[in-house]
Amino acid sequence: MTNRSKRTLVGWACAATLMALVGCGKKEEAAPAAAPAAAPAPAAAASAAEPLKAAWVLLGPIGDAGWTHAHYLGIKAVEAEFGDKLKATYVEKVPESADAERVLRDLAAQGNKIIFTTSFGYMEATVKVAAEFPDVKFEHATGYKLAPNLGVYDTRFYQDAYVSGMIAGAMTKSNVLGFVGSFPIPEVLRNINAYTLGAQTVNPKITTKVVWISTWFDPPKEAEAAQSLINAGADVLLQNTDSSAVLQTAEKNGKYAFGWDSDMSAIAPKAHLASNVVYWGPYYKKAIKDVMDGSWKSSRDVWGYKEGANGVIKIADAVPEAVKKKIEATDAGYKDGTIDPFMGPIVDNAGKERLPAGQMPTQEWKDKVDFYVKGVEGQVPTGK
Amino acid sequence: MNEVALLIAATLASGTPLALAGLGLLINEKAGILNLGAEGMMLVAAIAGFATAFTTGSDTLAFIAGAAAGGLLAACFGALVIWLNTNQYATGLAVSLFGYGFSAFVGVGYVGQKLSERVPFEVPGLAQLPFIGPALFRQHPMVYVTIALIGASMWFLYRSRGGLVLRAVGESPESAHALGYKVRWIRLLAVVAGGALCGLAGAFLSVAYAPLWVEGLTAGRGWIALALTTFATWRPLRVLFGAYLFGGVTMAQFALQGAGVNISSQLLAMLPYLSTVVVLALISRNPAWIRINMPASLGKPFHPGA
Repeated sequence: MTNRSKRTLVGWACAATLMALVGCGKKEEAAPAAAPAAAPAPAAAASAAEPLKAAWVLLGPIGDAGWTHAHYLGIKAVEAEFGDKLKATYVEKVPESADAERVLRDLAAQGNKIIFTTSFGYMEATVKVAAEFPDVKFEHATGYKLAPNLGVYDTRFYQDAYVSGMIAGAMTKSNVLGFVGSFPIPEVLRNINAYTLGAQTVNPKITTKVVWISTWFDPPKEAEAAQSLINAGADVLLQNTDSSAVLQTAEKNGKYAFGWDSDMSAIAPKAHLASNVVYWGPYYKKAIKDVMDGSWKSSRDVWGYKEGANGVIKIADAVPEAVKKKIEATDAGYKDGTIDPFMGPIVDNAGKERLPAGQMPTQEWKDKVDFYVKGVEGQVPTGK
Repeated sequence: MNEVALLIAATLASGTPLALAGLGLLINEKAGILNLGAEGMMLVAAIAGFATAFTTGSDTLAFIAGAAAGGLLAACFGALVIWLNTNQYATGLAVSLFGYGFSAFVGVGYVGQKLSERVPFEVPGLAQLPFIGPALFRQHPMVYVTIALIGASMWFLYRSRGGLVLRAVGESPESAHALGYKVRWIRLLAVVAGGALCGLAGAFLSVAYAPLWVEGLTAGRGWIALALTTFATWRPLRVLFGAYLFGGVTMAQFALQGAGVNISSQLLAMLPYLSTVVVLALISRNPAWIRINMPASLGKPFHPGA
């Protein structure tokens, strides 16, 4: 997600410092033993036998059941794909600070040929270290700064949110949906809007209430925010935060909610309507293959349903058959490019037209979403 | 009206872990020991409690396990700072770091697991009252236990002989030693009791409040509890009110957002901390308030016979 730089756990500076200290635990994946290169072999043959070294810089622990876990599954997928042709290394819990730079420099010096930095807050560190190691390829998730040896990649999570909205629209009884947001940045606003627009395709009377918690990860606070939405009348919740607390709060209250980032169906069997997941594996496969072939180019890649990077899975049996049909059609539309959640007309909740009818949104338009669509209550907090 | 009742209910639940941990730290500090390890003790207790609840299905056992885990870690801390006279600040920070890492390590298998369903608790009879029922009497039992513990500690600290001895140890360990009290053992008891209360707070978060386990679950509440003891000028009842104030401001800002009130969420997120700072500043204006209540030997090691 964008702007992980704000991801200090609580406002307490000392707590944040501590967490930073706790981090930096470095782990090397037990990769298939690199065959000891036969010393006398000619250089060319030796390099052919040597596995390509790739490294990941991860924000959280791989066991966070969310953002970092999804990246970890991507790493597992490329390990399975390339076998002993690849030596994958990852470093968990790297703070988005000067430490990230040190970790990156370290990984580049160790001979990694491609390094993935998996959070927005690593942007400056990645740009800086990429300039120092022109022979190493860098890939930065959710960022926007490019360099000859630095590419960026992202996924279309809002495609998931739109599909979840359709389900929510069919399942709500109060016609009020709830959304627990982290920070009011374009990525999260896109998800809120897509969720609302999706719901309105099924049920035009839908309104969405939003509560911002100013953190990506604080399970008790996520639960509190969910509870306050339920108290205010919302009965189907979605969250753009990292734990399953919102889903569990819905379960406790006999309401509905969704999984986010990974499959959370087992956690709340009654409340769980579907899980919005992201698959980083396909992109990692492509990037590593390109490096192996020597065809890697710096580019900005935003992948979605079409590339197998997103999906809404484990849709509950309670969801009406007609909606499931509609979702299948939407999936197909995503794949052939005929459906986009933000296809015009898009009207914001102050009544202003943001995209004329029939027009497809450009990537640039999506990058700059800073409003709520019609049906979302309140105003985007601006800090002004 | 109904929303106000729900807001009050949410406030009580939100303040409970802070009140428990704050009370535990207060008892430590009254005995002259500053334990910065609250976050670590809460995390270790949270996973101990969650694992116990997951395996046995019993919340009571889970809270006992949480208190035991918190108390055990606190005992290790106590042995280090009381007998080996290690620096209390550094050792406390080490306990926090250790607790974070250790709980993450042993908790890996519990991430994404769910506890079996619980029947919501209601105070018989009172829960059906209009307004007051949903506001006050449909809480987790631990919410009421916390209030009882605050009351008990007020009696203990200020009305009982044991409390007097404990405070004497925190004010002037030399005098207490000269009178024949075993200063070190009394301090250890206070540290273990404080750890057990932090443990209850951690277990409440993972077993009743969230209820789930994930690395770093407490998300800084141990540090807030530490601030709370100063905020409350080392008075148990003020710890409780401080915790509710903190929980109340947090919940109120969520409720305002849910109601569509247009205020910057960043500003709202700041409010609980801002209110803490304001109250601290007000309290500090009167030095006597601090002097009367702050244990004179807080954070200082004690060397008998020195």
